[in-house]
Amino acid sequence: MNWLDRSRSMAPPGFNRWLIPPAALAVHLCIGQAYATSVYKSALIGHFGLSQTAIGIIFSIAIVMLGLSAAIMGTWVERSGPRKSMFVAASFWGAGFLVGAAGIFTSQLWLVYLGYGVIGGIGLGIGYISPVSTLMKWFPDRPGMATGMAIMGFGGGALIASPMSSALLKFFDGFNPATDGADWIASGNSVGKLFLTLGVLYFAVMMYGVLNIRVPAPGWTPRGWDPSTAKVSAMVTTKQVSAANAIKTRSFWLVWAVLFLNVTAGIGILEQASPMIQDFFRGADGNSAVNAAVAAGFVGMLSIGNMAGRFIWSSTSDVIGRKRIYMVYLGAGAVFYVVLAFFGGSSMLLFVAMAVVIISFYGGSFSTAPAYLKDLFGTFQVGAIHGRLLTAWSAAGIAGPLIVNGLLDAQGKPGTMNAHNYLPVLLTMVGLLAIGFVASTLIRPVDAKYHEPEEELASARKGS
Amino acid sequence: MPSQPHDTVNPAGPADVPVNPATGRLVFGWLLVGIPLGYGVVTTLSRVGQLFQ
Repeated sequence: MNWLDRSRSMAPPGFNRWLIPPAALAVHLCIGQAYATSVYKSALIGHFGLSQTAIGIIFSIAIVMLGLSAAIMGTWVERSGPRKSMFVAASFWGAGFLVGAAGIFTSQLWLVYLGYGVIGGIGLGIGYISPVSTLMKWFPDRPGMATGMAIMGFGGGALIASPMSSALLKFFDGFNPATDGADWIASGNSVGKLFLTLGVLYFAVMMYGVLNIRVPAPGWTPRGWDPSTAKVSAMVTTKQVSAANAIKTRSFWLVWAVLFLNVTAGIGILEQASPMIQDFFRGADGNSAVNAAVAAGFVGMLSIGNMAGRFIWSSTSDVIGRKRIYMVYLGAGAVFYVVLAFFGGSSMLLFVAMAVVIISFYGGSFSTAPAYLKDLFGTFQVGAIHGRLLTAWSAAGIAGPLIVNGLLDAQGKPGTMNAHNYLPVLLTMVGLLAIGFVASTLIRPVDAKYHEPEEELASARKGS
Repeated sequence: MPSQPHDTVNPAGPADVPVNPATGRLVFGWLLVGIPLGYGVVTTLSRVGQLFQ
């Protein structure tokens, strides 16, 4: 397996760096399937005869494992290089589906927890961080755009997986539109076959990334770009900080808090998107002007906003700076939440526009984070530092739904609420974003005592 | 003056080495990720249209 080593994936002279983004996207588009689990959720509830919560735990385990494996394996990913780590990610992600399929076929839910949740979740975490630092090394002139391209794939993965899974489920079940109604739910057997198909397909596509990823030679710079002429900013270091030292700095934990608060606020909309738009446009007679099909369109619109924001805002951060773009995410995000809370119910266009922009900020905060870490800590172990930062995502994945569901439960029963009932939730999100805004203003360059000595960096480069 | 990360010798050759366009691989790579992504976006947008009808 030597061909997976970092030393064997060094790019030859004259290598075209634009071959790297598709390799990174191949991985992120596959693991982005994690956002499309709702397609077969009802089928699994019917197959296992269990509650929404019992089935929802599959996704929760995967997201928690994503954060944990990224944090724990980050240093290994940095040391082993992108090719080996992407191969491990492809193996875990593919195997997770296969073990999950075995659990579905044998009606053993614990096997689905182990397969998709634990094994697949490890693949998610390693796959998420493995191409990111490599991309920033290939695009030192535009690190935000580079990470935006890859992490956009994670948002886009659901856009592909959702319709593709629906089509495959119908194919496996022999769906007949003439006899099967709109309330048709796939069988467990077809979900098992879907898992088998996705496991093999995703492994194959991710292998394209494995075979085509390259690391730049030490000291490589893009043609025509001179680092010494790059715009100087106090917030962009030329020094290097190890992952072990990074987590001792105040700046790391402030970025962690900013990401946690922004993601928690975004989940406020994502979690409730479908019932929320129906409740906002519920008339006095208790009927909503928005049916389930239209609400599904709104969810799709949010997915596009999430994906586009990852590329657009992260690329913008290369121009205006990382600190400023986070202040936009948090400050403007808070203002848009206020508009949504008080005026969202008055106009469908206004409601959708505000929600889409807020979700684009949510996506942007994910894709801008690696470039922010590079600015603060250098590229030395930025992948490992990024892995540790993703624990903020896991924490937000637990806190966000708890806050939203807790506050909404106190307001009334699902299907009976209106826009007024969402005020406590939305204003809580405004408060979270305001705290995040203050945290963002406190982020400062890292103290020199945390910088790596030049001699150690030189020997580390020789070793790689 | 302490050395900077970019001061290291570049074993891959000088910065003015011509870039190999690798057009075929480039087109294949971007199509591999672009076609499914385009399919996903178009399929999703077709549902979004119902929002404003």
